[in-house]
Amino acid sequence: MTDSAMPMFKRRRERRQLLRAGLGAAVATALAGCDRLSQDERAVDVLRSAESLTRGVQRALGRRAMAQEFTPADIAPVFRPNGTTHPAGAAYAAMLADGFGSWRLRVDGLVQRPASFSLAQLRAMPARTQITRHDCVEGWSCIGQWKGVRLSHVLGQVVLAPEARFVLFHCLDRMDEDDETSLYYESVDLDDALHEQTLLAWELNGQPLPVANGAPLRARIERQLGYKQPKYLARIEVVRDLSGHAGGRGGYWEDRGYNWYAGI
Amino acid sequence: MTGNPPNAVPHSAARPEVIYRHRLPVRIMHWINVVCIVALLGSGLQIFNAHPALYWGRDSRDSTRVLQITQKQVGGDLRGVTRVGAAEFATDGVLGTSRNPDGPGVAARAFPAWATLPSSQWLAMGRLWHFFFAWIFVANGAAYLLWTIASGHLRRDLVPTRAEWRGIGRSFIDHLLLRHPHGEAARRYNVLQNTAYLTLVFIVLPVIVVGGLAMSPMVDAFSPGWVDWFGGRQTLRTLHFIGAFLVVVFVLIHLFEVVVTGFANNLRSMITGRWRLPK
Repeated sequence: MTDSAMPMFKRRRERRQLLRAGLGAAVATALAGCDRLSQDERAVDVLRSAESLTRGVQRALGRRAMAQEFTPADIAPVFRPNGTTHPAGAAYAAMLADGFGSWRLRVDGLVQRPASFSLAQLRAMPARTQITRHDCVEGWSCIGQWKGVRLSHVLGQVVLAPEARFVLFHCLDRMDEDDETSLYYESVDLDDALHEQTLLAWELNGQPLPVANGAPLRARIERQLGYKQPKYLARIEVVRDLSGHAGGRGGYWEDRGYNWYAGI
Repeated sequence: MTGNPPNAVPHSAARPEVIYRHRLPVRIMHWINVVCIVALLGSGLQIFNAHPALYWGRDSRDSTRVLQITQKQVGGDLRGVTRVGAAEFATDGVLGTSRNPDGPGVAARAFPAWATLPSSQWLAMGRLWHFFFAWIFVANGAAYLLWTIASGHLRRDLVPTRAEWRGIGRSFIDHLLLRHPHGEAARRYNVLQNTAYLTLVFIVLPVIVVGGLAMSPMVDAFSPGWVDWFGGRQTLRTLHFIGAFLVVVFVLIHLFEVVVTGFANNLRSMITGRWRLPK
């Protein structure tokens, strides 16, 4: 045993070192490979294919499902704002200064009676109040109470054209102050647009919607993540497809690689 | 430990040294699992980095936070710290701050670039990876469950016998001393090994899957309120993370055991199925 122990021990150590080096190299190669795949258009298309599977399955199982509603005791002390918290520019400042008296929501596109609504007109419409949980794509959640008019009610007033498929939300806030084309926008299909809990909200926790949370009006799309719920609304455009606006993927973040379907 | 029930796989009476250890479905599903777990862990940490804090409850507030990975200014330097409950740990260089993957110097990020997929901070891409491999992982897991029950693998090979349960203390000590079963006793998975597999398959992985589903606002709406049976969405997000941590612990122990009980022999058995009984 003593004679053969040394070479055996050495051999084992060498094998261990080789194993470790091999394992390290394998991990490094795998990581570099994954980074390269993330830059490869075809590979990303394959990864992205899961989105339609997710959307299809989730919609099949819960087309009319209602998001959970909470009690007043569950409301968070502070509703955490994210993204733009104060739109830049003189135009918004002027609207804010006169209490959004001159602000109008334009509703047009594939509708039979395009219209413009003042905040007072929207507030006079039948309102819904709901306490829901807002889930950010980053991972955090916040519970708040929203009051507003159902988007379905507003769309009923302008009457959708038969070829209507999506609702585009145009916002007042630029994501990059110096870039006029960086206006935030979002879109949903008619399943979400006509959903019972989809609101154009002007009130948060019993108070007029604060600037940080989207004053004067924001959308609530309760079964999707926060970035699908645009703030500082200016215009609602009904369209047949999403390719015609900005990057063509249906939203500011979607144009930057995020999923259009954000129910997950 | 003689007198074990004979292995279901046919073997000659002459007690061959090499047995057919892993059947083809197990081998295929094992390697699919390896790819999925690597992709899901890396992309999961990428997603975690977008908001590196965990909470216990329905929503996210300072008062419900249980874990946070962040940075602290110490004399002009950025230092990584990890807070668990009220305790704070210096985790500089790994958690909170680590090597910048996109340039020189140090980056303020929760998990380091070598642990995330992709390596740079890129939430949208991390989500694409995560949700693609989540589908494969769940499909593979469902196939495994069905096969393992239908083929008798679960009852025959994975559920320990009463005698084996009684020997769990002994098995534990044997593992600590790196004494591993050999000869006839090695034909069956040992009791500690089986306990680990069963815990993973029937407790840890289901918790991870339920926690993952609970983070989907649309899945939450299928039956409004179901996430609250488990303490709320943020609790389930935390359990999802703890589950992933337990998977890492399992994988590390698993790899350790694979190496110390004969790396080449074990690796071959998961490729060809053939395993040489240790003498």
